[in-house]
Amino acid sequence: MSTGHHTSLGLDSRKIAFWAFIGSECLLFGSLISTYLVYKGKSLVGPYPHDVLNIPFTSFSTFDLLMSSLWMVLALAAVQRNDMKWAKVWLLGTALGGLIFLGGQVWEFSHFVREGLTLHTNLFGATFFVLTGTHGLHVAVGVLWLLTLLVRALQGKLTSANAMTVEITGLYWHFVDVIWIVIFTLVYLIQ
Amino acid sequence: MSERTGWKSWLTTVDHKRIGLLYFWTAFGFFLVGGLEALLIRTQLARPENHLISAQTYNQLFTMHGTTMVFLALMPLSVALFNYIVPLQIGARDVAFPRLNAFSYWVFLLGGLFMNLSWFVGPLFHAGTLSVAPNGGWFGYANLTERQYSPGPNIDFWLLGLQILGVASLAGGFNFIVTILNLRAPGMKMMRLPVFSWMTLVTSFLIITAFPVITVALAFLMFDRFFGTHFYLTSAGGDPVLWQHLFWIFGHPEVYILILPAMGVVSEVLPTFSRKPLFGYTVVVYSGVLIGFLGWGVWSHHMFSVGLGPIADSVFSATTMLIAVPTGVKIFNWIGTLWGGQIRFTTAMLFSLGFIAMFIIGGLSGVSHASPPADLQQTDTYYVVAHIHYVLFGGTVLGLFSGMYYWWPKMTGRKLSEPLGQVHFWLTLVGMNLAFFPMHLIGLLGMPRRIYTYPAELGVGNLNLVSTVGAFLIAVALLVFIFNLWRTRTRGEIAGNDPWGGATLEWSIPSPPPVHNFDAIPTVHGRMPLWSEPEKMKQHGPVGHMHVPPGSIWPFVAACGLPLLASSLLTHRLWLVFVGGAVLLVGIYRWAFEPFEV
Amino acid sequence: MHRTARVTFWLTILCVAVAGCGGHYPQSTLAPRSDLGLSIDHLFTGIFGWAVGVFIVVEGLLLFTVIKFRGRPGAQPPKSIHGHTALEIAWTLAPVLILVVVAVPTVRTIFQTQAPAPAGALEVDVIGHQWWWEYRYPAQAIVTANELHVPVGRPIELVMTSADVIHSFWAPAVAAKRDVIPGHTNYIVFTPDSVGTYTGQCAEFCGDSHANMRLSVIVESDSAFRAWVVDQQAPAALPDPKSLAGQGKAVFSRSACIGCHMISGVSAGVIGPNLSHVASRTTIAGGEFPNDSLDLALWIANAPDRKPGSMMMRMNLTPADLQAVVAYLRSLK
Repeated sequence: MSTGHHTSLGLDSRKIAFWAFIGSECLLFGSLISTYLVYKGKSLVGPYPHDVLNIPFTSFSTFDLLMSSLWMVLALAAVQRNDMKWAKVWLLGTALGGLIFLGGQVWEFSHFVREGLTLHTNLFGATFFVLTGTHGLHVAVGVLWLLTLLVRALQGKLTSANAMTVEITGLYWHFVDVIWIVIFTLVYLIQ
Repeated sequence: MSERTGWKSWLTTVDHKRIGLLYFWTAFGFFLVGGLEALLIRTQLARPENHLISAQTYNQLFTMHGTTMVFLALMPLSVALFNYIVPLQIGARDVAFPRLNAFSYWVFLLGGLFMNLSWFVGPLFHAGTLSVAPNGGWFGYANLTERQYSPGPNIDFWLLGLQILGVASLAGGFNFIVTILNLRAPGMKMMRLPVFSWMTLVTSFLIITAFPVITVALAFLMFDRFFGTHFYLTSAGGDPVLWQHLFWIFGHPEVYILILPAMGVVSEVLPTFSRKPLFGYTVVVYSGVLIGFLGWGVWSHHMFSVGLGPIADSVFSATTMLIAVPTGVKIFNWIGTLWGGQIRFTTAMLFSLGFIAMFIIGGLSGVSHASPPADLQQTDTYYVVAHIHYVLFGGTVLGLFSGMYYWWPKMTGRKLSEPLGQVHFWLTLVGMNLAFFPMHLIGLLGMPRRIYTYPAELGVGNLNLVSTVGAFLIAVALLVFIFNLWRTRTRGEIAGNDPWGGATLEWSIPSPPPVHNFDAIPTVHGRMPLWSEPEKMKQHGPVGHMHVPPGSIWPFVAACGLPLLASSLLTHRLWLVFVGGAVLLVGIYRWAFEPFEV
Repeated sequence: MHRTARVTFWLTILCVAVAGCGGHYPQSTLAPRSDLGLSIDHLFTGIFGWAVGVFIVVEGLLLFTVIKFRGRPGAQPPKSIHGHTALEIAWTLAPVLILVVVAVPTVRTIFQTQAPAPAGALEVDVIGHQWWWEYRYPAQAIVTANELHVPVGRPIELVMTSADVIHSFWAPAVAAKRDVIPGHTNYIVFTPDSVGTYTGQCAEFCGDSHANMRLSVIVESDSAFRAWVVDQQAPAALPDPKSLAGQGKAVFSRSACIGCHMISGVSAGVIGPNLSHVASRTTIAGGEFPNDSLDLALWIANAPDRKPGSMMMRMNLTPADLQAVVAYLRSLK
């Protein structure tokens, strides 16, 4: 139904669906980010952002996530030219980049908890953890998705015929990356 | 061709027509449940200081009446029509993602059942009552809905149920956007799209942008109630008004989600039964799109008594008045369609005319709400209840009935009885006006809303009694309709392809359509292909192999994961997270890798 | 036109009749008794007038159209008209103009009615509770509940918040409506113009007994108000210890009552209403029941039974003790 048939816009239906999904997700993250901003500076008790946020460390995870987007681009290019050897490499690389990011978040969050910042400590804790936690959940889903593609590739079931699927995976991954850049800027850099 | 009979074929169906029928029957069932809740409310309010129903039960009744009608009846009834009719109108064989479509339906059914289970499971929560149904109002204002003031599982059922239903709506939204944008027949440019399909498109965009906001609002409430956060609690610096902003940023687009499909129906029915094209098609389409955009800028008109300040009040007052313009323009264009026509008063037409007449009243009371100082006397009183029921019952419900009578023959092959239909219509029109018109006065005379009783001294006892009589009249009208549905199954007049002389593509194919809809997808050259080139629209028998997707059980399986996940929080059982998550993942993976002919 | 004129006439009569019958409709919004009420009523009347006009014109047009163009058998198929630009412009502009006519006085009234209180206004702090209203008069050092006494002709400033969930203070005749929200302070400024008692009630769903959260605004002459203030400022009445009321005071002092209620010189509870002058009020339990011995007794004996969800528990007093407490409370004028 969604490939090889006449389509009104000349585009794959899955791609259109995915852009609509990204639009919807913008409203989701937009609501979370707006709430963070509205409650910024309104916590009655600490720890406050400047007490716990570690810019150097988080800059590294941001860089890692950005790099993983690069591996994703390379993965798609490999699939499109049916170079499945390199496709597997870059897919693995992207997934690993995501896992490293998640690992960093886990380390960072446990550090915050030890410093006394939890979900219920104050508004900063609530808005920060729900926002970054939702983002982290999206990264985790992405990693799962990438590993699924990797397994398919290892099984020999991923070829250039599936390029659209990989392209959409890429769209998702880049979107998650862009959201992180917004979060990093608004939460970490502009305090 | 896949097996097409038996309950298994329905469980695995991915056919938009079957899914449309599933939506219809389920939504209609919930509509009756919501109606029963309304009758109980009206019976309690028929006399002052009545003690038929306790305060606690009453609060559950009005909460569930609103929640059921909005999310389980009106929205899914619209979706039933989207499902059945839109692919036919645009000349497609199905929606863009048939399995996603099935998934939407099953999630809706399970979400509705989940929420209504609360009426019976009190003992499981040691509640001391049979019912732990949601009781915070359909709008669930914080901080009343916080754990401190609503300690039981009632609000949890509400917020979790709505989250489940949100998934169904979102999935449907994506599906219809892609369907309408990408699966149109050759030659069907956007400005040749039938207005019903256009309104479906705008509604779908509203759904995918508004539902994420209420998802976040509900998530915050969930975190407050289960994980100790303070999103809406002042003790840590939070603000209960944040809930209102988030809820109404969703809530106002939501009311356009509720009304635009019905406006789409009216825009189809009026031309057919006036034998003239829709007057001002371009304006009607653009005004619908404009309403979709402007609908994002008015939300705080639900908050005029919150004390946002004179500047915010003035801005939202202005935007709210502005949105009345594209709405009013549609009404004039509909009258323009009727003008100079040859009007046939079929039941479908009567309901569309009733829509216009009642929506004018609802729109006018809406304009009075748009003025904050005036609204300070009206908000939270029966005056608002009058307004919402004129637009939602007089508008959406009458519009949906119009669509049902109009498209019933296409869906079932038989026309609903016209004499019974006329009785249904007139009883409904009289009943609704008796039920809701006095409410304008009741509110202005000082009766607030959401109260289980009122003192005799208020002087509104007789007006309330009239309103209750009207409500029961609506119920009688519904019985007539149900009888009509039942009788038509065997004794309804057989409808051919085109019982009404319609102009759009759905009337070019048999009633009900074959599973593949169109033998050959037609090429269109205008908005009214059956009126402008009827010969070219004739179907001549299947051409070659018809691609029809086989059924699949995986959308249903995946859907089952969601209430399981929700139950884990509700019952504080961690293992349900893993079970629900596993069911969801298995469902999704099997769905994704199912051999699927494209 | 004839019919239209007659319809308008009777509609107006109906409205006047309803509005004029303020006495039979004690909570009516259509019988304003303050400057705020009048401003709102004036604005609403204007909007209502336009609404009736538009209703008559548009519904009339609709009715006319369906009658004139009803299908006749064998008639010619109608002309295919697709639109008319000039008409579109006209019927877009006309509503815009009407809305501007509504918007201008609307914005003016918004700013007028939300202006800060004038100097010399009487300040009353209103605190919403589940399910009763607390009033504190800071300048007079008075605390009372549910019945708001104010002097006629003087600006009143209500400074409002909530102690628990969101409620809404609605006194239709004099003060319109404003939500009371925990963590927020809202204001209503109004000058009542007629002596009288004007009832209202909570207008924001606030739980089990939302329906039972009544209030009244008692507008009195300046001298009557000052007399009331003096009475409220006096210490709580001290009954003769040997009288029934005196015995009641003893029962009160050793019962759970003192945990929630304040009686000056006797108890310091702040959860429930201040009872120092409870006998000066005409109602009890959030404006629900008359303030007489029977209702007091029923209330104290089993408050949750009388008012769903009530936080006041059942007081397990012996009948004799109950009678004594009631007598004590009745003495607290």
